[in-house]
Amino acid sequence: MINSLGEPQSLALFGGTSEIGLAIATQLARRRTRRIVLAGRNEAELSNASRDLIGAGASEVDTVIFDAANTADHDVLIEKVFVGGDIDVVVLAFGLLGDQTQSENDPDRAVEIVNVNYVGAMSVGLRAATVLRKQGHGTLVVLSSVAGERARRSNFVYGSSKAGLDAFAQGLGDSLVGTGVRVLIVRPGFVRTKMTADLPQAPFEISASEVADAVIKALHSPREIVWVPGQMRFIMSGIRHLPRSVFRRLTF
Amino acid sequence: MPDLLSGWGRTAPTAATVVRPRDVEHVSELLAAPTHRGVAARGLGRSYGDSAQNAGGLVLDLTGLNQILDLDLTTGVLRAQAGVRLDSLLRRIVAAGWFLPVTPGTSAVTVGGAIAADVHGKNHHRDGSLGRYVLSITVAIPDADVVTVTAKSDPELFFATLGGMGLTGIIVESTIQLMPIANSMMSVNTTRAANLDQLLEELMKAEANNRYGVAWLDCLASGRSMGRGIVTSGDHATSDETSGRRTAQPRSHSGESATPGTRSFTPPCGFVTRGTIAALNELWFRKSPTHKAGEILPFEKFFYPLDRVRGWNRLYGPSGFLQHQCVVPEESTLRFILAELAKARVPVALAVLKRFGPGTPGPLSFPRPGWTLALDIATRAPELAPILDKIDDLVADSGGTIYLAKDSRVRPELIPVMYPRLSEWNAIRDRVDPNRRLVSDQSRRLSL
Repeated sequence: MINSLGEPQSLALFGGTSEIGLAIATQLARRRTRRIVLAGRNEAELSNASRDLIGAGASEVDTVIFDAANTADHDVLIEKVFVGGDIDVVVLAFGLLGDQTQSENDPDRAVEIVNVNYVGAMSVGLRAATVLRKQGHGTLVVLSSVAGERARRSNFVYGSSKAGLDAFAQGLGDSLVGTGVRVLIVRPGFVRTKMTADLPQAPFEISASEVADAVIKALHSPREIVWVPGQMRFIMSGIRHLPRSVFRRLTF
Repeated sequence: MPDLLSGWGRTAPTAATVVRPRDVEHVSELLAAPTHRGVAARGLGRSYGDSAQNAGGLVLDLTGLNQILDLDLTTGVLRAQAGVRLDSLLRRIVAAGWFLPVTPGTSAVTVGGAIAADVHGKNHHRDGSLGRYVLSITVAIPDADVVTVTAKSDPELFFATLGGMGLTGIIVESTIQLMPIANSMMSVNTTRAANLDQLLEELMKAEANNRYGVAWLDCLASGRSMGRGIVTSGDHATSDETSGRRTAQPRSHSGESATPGTRSFTPPCGFVTRGTIAALNELWFRKSPTHKAGEILPFEKFFYPLDRVRGWNRLYGPSGFLQHQCVVPEESTLRFILAELAKARVPVALAVLKRFGPGTPGPLSFPRPGWTLALDIATRAPELAPILDKIDDLVADSGGTIYLAKDSRVRPELIPVMYPRLSEWNAIRDRVDPNRRLVSDQSRRLSL
């Protein structure tokens, strides 16, 4: 159960090797979270991560092989994740950034990104929400992105997948009001991780642990959306209102 | 559609199917029906944390069992259903010259809830907890009948139910020995103490000479004023003390049963901030007399000052608040805890201190000899979790414990340390509820 200070006792992380996801898991394990389920693609990486989480304070870490794009397997997957009992917090942290030019030249690549970031997240999100609703409690943390606020010329495949994900998560959250289940949408700006290692320096760059800090803080409040850093909310509000003729000329 | 339930602190709400049983048979029926996430009992929801909620399961709202079944005015023996409210009970008994032998700080609780938490009052140092006056308890047990137990007939189940948080059977009825009083008024003494040494001394003195005694503490005062506060003590007034006065009949101040025209104040949301606490503490401290003795007050004013403010829990804003109540055997531990709070500048909105006398033999009963400190804190206070965890460690190491009826966040690992008779209590649950049909969010959180 989550306690009065927003500290959960159990966690399921989809995208079990995601840097942001593991930063969240590590911080939670240092506090009250003892039971963790990691769902991801790479078995060796998952077992490394589970060792680290045990070191941080978790007492039981289970790993489950998970492919976001393979939605046919998701019923079985969800069953495996919840087999050990209630899960207080479910984090959807998987995602592909992809390469915009490559996507434009090879539409199959673009479809793959959308299948993971949007279709896969919807498949897992809806299934997890059903189980959480039966539990009568739980928080679903959805890692969205400021890129979904307004799709940019330089990154619109990824941006549109996150826009879809964000809209889905908002609607899901509204549908769950009164059920004891909450959806927390996280909209980070540019996060420096292995996914973005090759990209140039960006304004308001943040680290995975800064995103984790913001999520931990939001778990302990009634908030439904959290921007990281906080100023992003106002910056994006400005960007959203720029005329398209101006916006498309911006180089970022 | 399930209902969203939380405790008085308004934290960690969860959804459950709530059913309000009409009678005892209905309780047994509901307890026997299959549910996949168990059953929890709930009264008026005044426990601060998650002890009367059951995520995804069934919650029995027992306020429908509200009959006073028998009241013997010559012996003061009361037989009442579990859902009877203390305020409505007081309306019946005070006029007849009887009072609750032990009352908590609010009258908006049910008799069943009071027994399940084994509540204590300002007279614990002298009279013990409510459990001492419970003559019999009738409980509905999963997969069995409704049974009436006494300390003689089934001491294991009887004592496990006192303070058992409703997890050893659903209390549906009880018999309680009331206490005779001359009238409804209280004779009250107030003393102001400028620092902690003075406060502890005044509190001990007050408790030695009075049936009731308690201290309010200003946790934001620092330096030489650290631990300053106000000691309130008193007893039921004798007929001599109130001769020539018109003694008022008890009134209800609670929101739910307030008669039209009763003035109660609904506070604005999110009022409690560090600034307002400091200002109110200063005001309260200064307005209290340095010393005043024998003031005659109606009992509601003495016992239930907060019942006049309808929904005062909303003052803490949408994130809610928690109460941390511990008991520690040694004064040195108490001083250490207060110093830690002052050092971390924890914005404690309300702090209440008193001494406990000997405990009741319930394995999960909270009171034990020593000092008890209750702290009300908004949960949005920054960095609250680590400091409270540290205080819990101090409490556990000192042989003290925390009060489950208030708890919303203690580390589960500490429960067997704080309650060394936990395994004895669990053995009784193995007997009466081997399949653990009786559960709550708290029992899940603490692996009870």
